[in-house]
Amino acid sequence: MKETFDFSIVTTWLHQLLSGCMPAWLATTTECVIIAVVLLAAYSLIAMAYIMYERWVCAWIQCRLGPRRVGPWGLLQVFADVIKILQKELITLWKSDKFLHNLAPYLVLVASMLTFACLPWGRGLQIIDFNIGAFFIIAVSSIGVLGILLAGWSSNSKYTLIGAMRSGAQMISYELSVGLSVLTVVCLAGTMSITGIVETQADGWFLFKGHLPAIIAFIIYVVAANAENNRGPFDLPEAEHELTAGYHTEYSGIHFGFFYLAEYLNLFIVSGIAALLFLGGWQPLHVPGWEGFNEMMNCIPSLIWFLGKAFFMTFIFMWIRWSFPRVRIDQMLALEWRYLMPIGLVNLVLMAIVVTQGWHF
Amino acid sequence: MDLSIFGIQSTTLAITAALTGVLLVAAALIIAWLIGPRSYTEMKGEPYECGIPTRGESMAQFHVGYYLFAILFLMFDVETVFLFPWAAICRSLGTGALAAVGTFLVILALGLAYAWKKGALRWK
Repeated sequence: MKETFDFSIVTTWLHQLLSGCMPAWLATTTECVIIAVVLLAAYSLIAMAYIMYERWVCAWIQCRLGPRRVGPWGLLQVFADVIKILQKELITLWKSDKFLHNLAPYLVLVASMLTFACLPWGRGLQIIDFNIGAFFIIAVSSIGVLGILLAGWSSNSKYTLIGAMRSGAQMISYELSVGLSVLTVVCLAGTMSITGIVETQADGWFLFKGHLPAIIAFIIYVVAANAENNRGPFDLPEAEHELTAGYHTEYSGIHFGFFYLAEYLNLFIVSGIAALLFLGGWQPLHVPGWEGFNEMMNCIPSLIWFLGKAFFMTFIFMWIRWSFPRVRIDQMLALEWRYLMPIGLVNLVLMAIVVTQGWHF
Repeated sequence: MDLSIFGIQSTTLAITAALTGVLLVAAALIIAWLIGPRSYTEMKGEPYECGIPTRGESMAQFHVGYYLFAILFLMFDVETVFLFPWAAICRSLGTGALAAVGTFLVILALGLAYAWKKGALRWK
């Protein structure tokens, strides 16, 4: 059967070309520079696409028109916003801790960039590929909490302090549930490497392969990822009627822009991880027995599959965000510690039983 | 050895990605610093509040409830770290290891139940 296009043909060719005309260390450096440029481009493109996507979906759900004036269908709106935000003055408070205040955006952005580089974009198109990839993703994505806590604390304002504390409590709590869902999938896949997880889903996505435990883990993941992103019904760290803007109240101009950028990138990252863990990453949809259908699905490039799944998951996250009212902090913590967490633990044991007994498909 | 794209070590690539993030922030800050306006006003450095001068210190001691949740988080996060190696090979380890991990989880769940009963999970 014809396979989807393997991007490692391109990277191998580039590698041979570069190592043919320069010494090994220089070739490696050049490749690192290429990777950095590609990362930067992809990062900003995805962020801009997501800002527009959110505004359109939000407008559609609220029966509004959304941005339409700047450029065709309002496509240039986001560029106008970037230029505007770059021109704003950067204000630092008298009493704030200047060093930590400036350090916080770096932490938030670096955390999201590291996680972003781990995503599998297509067959052979993945930048960082640790053999403990799933673990690495969880580890680096939790650095973002430090940035948010620092931002709130160093601003020396009451709104930011309360916002940061709420955000910290929320993010660390829901990180457990995300971790347990990932653990459940690792249990089913039998490997922690991202490539391995995607490749074991070649004959069926984990959502369909893993019986009930995989479906429960998927639902827990969607709820917990929404909360970890400070989005949707869980946006109480930046509840605007109580805290004006939460932890980034005292950031202005591009300083605020970094938090905004990282927020949208994190949305893409959690959607991408959901696609990777439960919806087969870049694997096409295959139905056993339907040879012609499978052949047709293989014609669609793996990059399109991955992006399509990520955008679909994002649509679900946006739908949740614009449909539910905000929860209170006690409800939010109760949901995690009394429901999601114990269910996640039981679900993990259930998955382990399914796997050791060989009941999975 | 843990190789990724182009046959480069994954650690090198992780450092590259981190440096890219730093570069993005630094470059945007420099552009903003070059083209943005700068002015001095006494009121600009005041924290954003209701318009009246701030009372008291903002870097103050804070609600202990958050601290309790942080402790609980630490307990379960370390547990997740312990479970990752087992989860990766639980298929070949079989029922014996599952029983051992089950015992471990039961002890942890007892801890959670204790915290629940003591009211640590109730927001006050």
